[in-house]
Amino acid sequence: MLGYAFRRLLTTIPVLWIAITACFFILRLAPGGPFDGERPLPAAVKANLAAYYGLDDPLLVQYFSYLGGVLRGDLGPSFTTADFSVAEQIAIGLPYTLIIGSLAFVLAVVLGVLAGVLGALYRDRVADWAIAALILLGLVLPNFLIAPILQLVFGLTLDWLPVGGWGGGALTHLVMPVTVLALPHIARISRLMRGALIEVMNGQFIRTATAKGLSRATVIRRHALKPALTPVVSYLGPAAGYLLTGSIVVETIFGLPGIGRYFINAALNRDYGMVLGTVVFYMVLIVILNLLVDLLYAWLDPKVRT
Amino acid sequence: MSAEAGYDDPDTRPLDSARSTRGRDAWRRFRRNRAAMTGLVLLCLILLAACIGPFFTPFDNETPDWSAFRAPPSLEGGHWFGTDQNGRDLLARTLQGTRVSLAVAAVATLVAVMIGVVFGAIAGYVGGRLDQAMMRFVDVLYALPYILFVILLMVIFGRNVYLLFAAIGCLEWLTMARIVRGQTLSLRQREFIEAARAAGLSSTAIVRRHIVPNLVGPVVIYAALTVPEIVATESFLSYLGFGVQEPLTSLGTLIAEGTDVFEVLPWLLWFPAAFLVTLLLSLLFIGDGLRDAFDTRGRG
Amino acid sequence: MSVRPLALVTALALCAIGTTPLHARTLNMQNGGDLTSMDPHQLSGDWENRIAGDIFEGLITEDIQAEPIPGQAESWEISEDGITYTFTLREGLTWSDGEPVTADDFVFALRRLMDPANAADYAYLQYPIKNAEGINAGEIEDVTQLGVRAIDERTLEIELERATPYFLGALTHYTAYPLPQHVLEEHGDDWVKMENIAVNGAYKPIEWIPGSHVLTEKNPSFHDAENVSIEGVKFFTLEDQAAAFKRYRAGEFDILTDLPKDQFAWMQENIPGQARVEPFAGLYYYVVNQTEPPFDDARVRQAFSMAVNREVIGPQVLGTGEIPAYSWVPPGMAGYGEPETVDWMELPYPEKVAEAKALLEAAGHGPDNPLSVQLRYNTNDNHKRVAVAIASMWKPLGVEVELYNTETKVHYDELSRGILQIARAGWLADYNDADNFLNLLKGGVDYNYGRYQSDEYDRLMNEATAEPDADKRIELLHQAEEVALDDSAAIPIYYYLSENVVSPKVQGFESNAFDIHRTRWLSLTD
Repeated sequence: MLGYAFRRLLTTIPVLWIAITACFFILRLAPGGPFDGERPLPAAVKANLAAYYGLDDPLLVQYFSYLGGVLRGDLGPSFTTADFSVAEQIAIGLPYTLIIGSLAFVLAVVLGVLAGVLGALYRDRVADWAIAALILLGLVLPNFLIAPILQLVFGLTLDWLPVGGWGGGALTHLVMPVTVLALPHIARISRLMRGALIEVMNGQFIRTATAKGLSRATVIRRHALKPALTPVVSYLGPAAGYLLTGSIVVETIFGLPGIGRYFINAALNRDYGMVLGTVVFYMVLIVILNLLVDLLYAWLDPKVRT
Repeated sequence: MSAEAGYDDPDTRPLDSARSTRGRDAWRRFRRNRAAMTGLVLLCLILLAACIGPFFTPFDNETPDWSAFRAPPSLEGGHWFGTDQNGRDLLARTLQGTRVSLAVAAVATLVAVMIGVVFGAIAGYVGGRLDQAMMRFVDVLYALPYILFVILLMVIFGRNVYLLFAAIGCLEWLTMARIVRGQTLSLRQREFIEAARAAGLSSTAIVRRHIVPNLVGPVVIYAALTVPEIVATESFLSYLGFGVQEPLTSLGTLIAEGTDVFEVLPWLLWFPAAFLVTLLLSLLFIGDGLRDAFDTRGRG
Repeated sequence: MSVRPLALVTALALCAIGTTPLHARTLNMQNGGDLTSMDPHQLSGDWENRIAGDIFEGLITEDIQAEPIPGQAESWEISEDGITYTFTLREGLTWSDGEPVTADDFVFALRRLMDPANAADYAYLQYPIKNAEGINAGEIEDVTQLGVRAIDERTLEIELERATPYFLGALTHYTAYPLPQHVLEEHGDDWVKMENIAVNGAYKPIEWIPGSHVLTEKNPSFHDAENVSIEGVKFFTLEDQAAAFKRYRAGEFDILTDLPKDQFAWMQENIPGQARVEPFAGLYYYVVNQTEPPFDDARVRQAFSMAVNREVIGPQVLGTGEIPAYSWVPPGMAGYGEPETVDWMELPYPEKVAEAKALLEAAGHGPDNPLSVQLRYNTNDNHKRVAVAIASMWKPLGVEVELYNTETKVHYDELSRGILQIARAGWLADYNDADNFLNLLKGGVDYNYGRYQSDEYDRLMNEATAEPDADKRIELLHQAEEVALDDSAAIPIYYYLSENVVSPKVQGFESNAFDIHRTRWLSLTD
């Protein structure tokens, strides 16, 4: 297991390096980017660019100093918020995104697995159909549609929850954003879980176990869950990525100062420094999360470790 | 997904049977799936409405009706879905939006299929080192947050609807490539491929005559399941402001604009949302139906 | 229990209370965009002005009606020729860190503003000061040549290029704020960090989370602190109008600085009096590129301008009733009287369209040679609506309009580089004088995006600037406006409205043409 982990780590690093290099060159060489001579920039921004990117140095020197900066955690200046560098803004926004994201992740896994198991156990009965209907809605309705409706219903009409804002992390302020973020993943995970569990339950060795006289609950717990979880776990990697990108919408609508919000404001304001820095950061984060998921997968299914 | 029973070898079929009995069986199973059939019917209706509807609607999608700004839906007034804040007929706009969303989805899926199939087939067929390298490449790309790249590209290159199609297509080919490669790998090991090679068929001929036809199943299924994702991605980008630009519109844009005003002008949200939900649900049911139909391991 | 543990516990409790600032009640204001910096020299937006104007104060400041009143200066004298202003600062003024505010701080700040190395966007506002333009343009190398001089600790002398009637008003702008020289010298660029910054306004900033909010609290060293009622302000960065309005209704915001136009009718019915829509000294217009065909022909320009049905834009397209603009200068500019208007203003709309068609044909763009143009606007729902509406108004002229939108920064960047055919632009008054707007059409000015070039116009404008007699000057400005309107130099569309939503709990929010409401004049009733 340790050897597998080590090997995966070794392959992760070149991945990151390629991605970061790609980002550097996209920004440097793309027409319409800040380095394009055609593009007019305010003088202050030009000064920032020159200072950070060392524009007079040869390209390779710039590249290595950029790489060095990234390793040091210095992601460059933000072009639209003069008082805070990219790294400083990410450091400020990260806790918000992580808190919402991890809560949504946990919620998605717990509710998704639960809904999937229930759906599989009570197949084709009323409960299954009811859950399936809700699941479908969660899959199909975009989150920027669900969020304002929830805000209206729970925030204004019923006045049970605050409409937006962080409120110092109070639970009431977290309920809606986390739910909206988790919804599509609850849906997908439950579909995967249900399908996989049904398949496993019909398999040969489950029938043997049942024939042996083990109770249904034990059969499920001991033999069916683990293999049925594999498609769910393999979804978790991309899910982490989707959660991060989904948080962009949630943070915007609910007014939470997370990284997603910074990213989209930077994109709309053509703050290339911030956009690039955020993309690099997201990549690092997602690659690490994927690595963790791979390791989890390997633990669940030893055949993968070869 | 490659159970023996379901495999169709063109060289050992009885000569007088139809091109794909497997296909016929699958169609029969599909037809029995009520949800899938409903989805198919609805999808066809929507496609019909989107394509030929504009010839029958009383108003077009861009001329403001100065006597009816922000008008609620009314049958007598002629604006069956109401009008928007620029006096444009919502029915026409919704149909336009549906066309655009479907076009984006179709082009993006096509791009994804073409790249994915070629990539996956080559990797699976050639195997060995090349396969390892190509799959590593896919793994690398899989890990990256593609939406962010798409947005980064749009920021740099400006908002171009063709760039949008291409970018979304490039998001989806990875999984297609993986599936195709997996299928190709297992096909390659069949004895009949050895036999074909022994008989002197070139590699390209083998790929063309034996492998590609058997890829149709999984590719179609996956494509059907991806389209909802693509429509959702396009809505997401439109909501953020990176999608199609005026005067073009898409279902995502219409819904995004509608959510801002749904308390005072609710029709601006409900009609496009109904179209989007129906479209996505139909696609979902069809995709599920196809998958169940082609998969011969009894699902009980 | 012995004393020591008790003392310890009490001390800890006091610390806990002390670390969370105790405001009786913070004013919650939705402020739109994020602040660029705490440094006033880096600002350019009206949302940034709201914060800067609370934490800093210049020689002159704004009263509850946004009229200029003494700020840091308690009195001043103006020389006979109107060129030399001598200000006497109040006694005992200090920065929030205790250091005294001196005339040197003003000299330091203005020199820094004009120094081209700092690239302050708005430096041009203080060009009336002697040598300011020369220094800022790099022609005069020595910054100390600027016409600002500290005679002693409390006396400041400012020399102008020529008599400028609106100069006192211009001094209320954030470009004229003093800066804490001692902090800048000690910390350099880091002077803006919360732990270093020192301010002289009614409030001081205590927290800034980019993308979320700026939090300020009452500044006890402010010279009028005893009359400042509100304990602190939380400026929320939130551009999503719909979400902001929901939070306002839930009581989470007290003031919105922009209102979702589609909800205006709803607001008037359900929360009457809270939506404040007032005339605002600003002009919304379309600029046309006159350096190339077809808009180098005045007939084409006039045709396009005539075909715009301005009367429906405010009431129908936008819903808040903006007033059509047939002049260049908005009504209400100091001493200007009634602005000039285009000759064809009173024609009924169908006749305007007919004449527009005739003009286009005469210019060679009849039905056999229809025009195809690109209309640019910056990404915003309202600009989009207006653009779509106006595009449909040009359609009967046979014109095909391509709509093109980009983000605000890009939009204005490209305009200043002359990349446009027709583009939307807007201008809000920086100071209370008509030439603020008339300058937009002057030759050689950056903001003259359409590159309108008229020797007669420039001559009249230059004469007006040099004219010492106030009435004659106004007359010359009127003549210039007439020239521009006859030439159809650009297409004015409507006059802005300031739009705020103010909770009944807030007192002192008085409507004014500049939409400036300094928090020191406000109070909360709950």
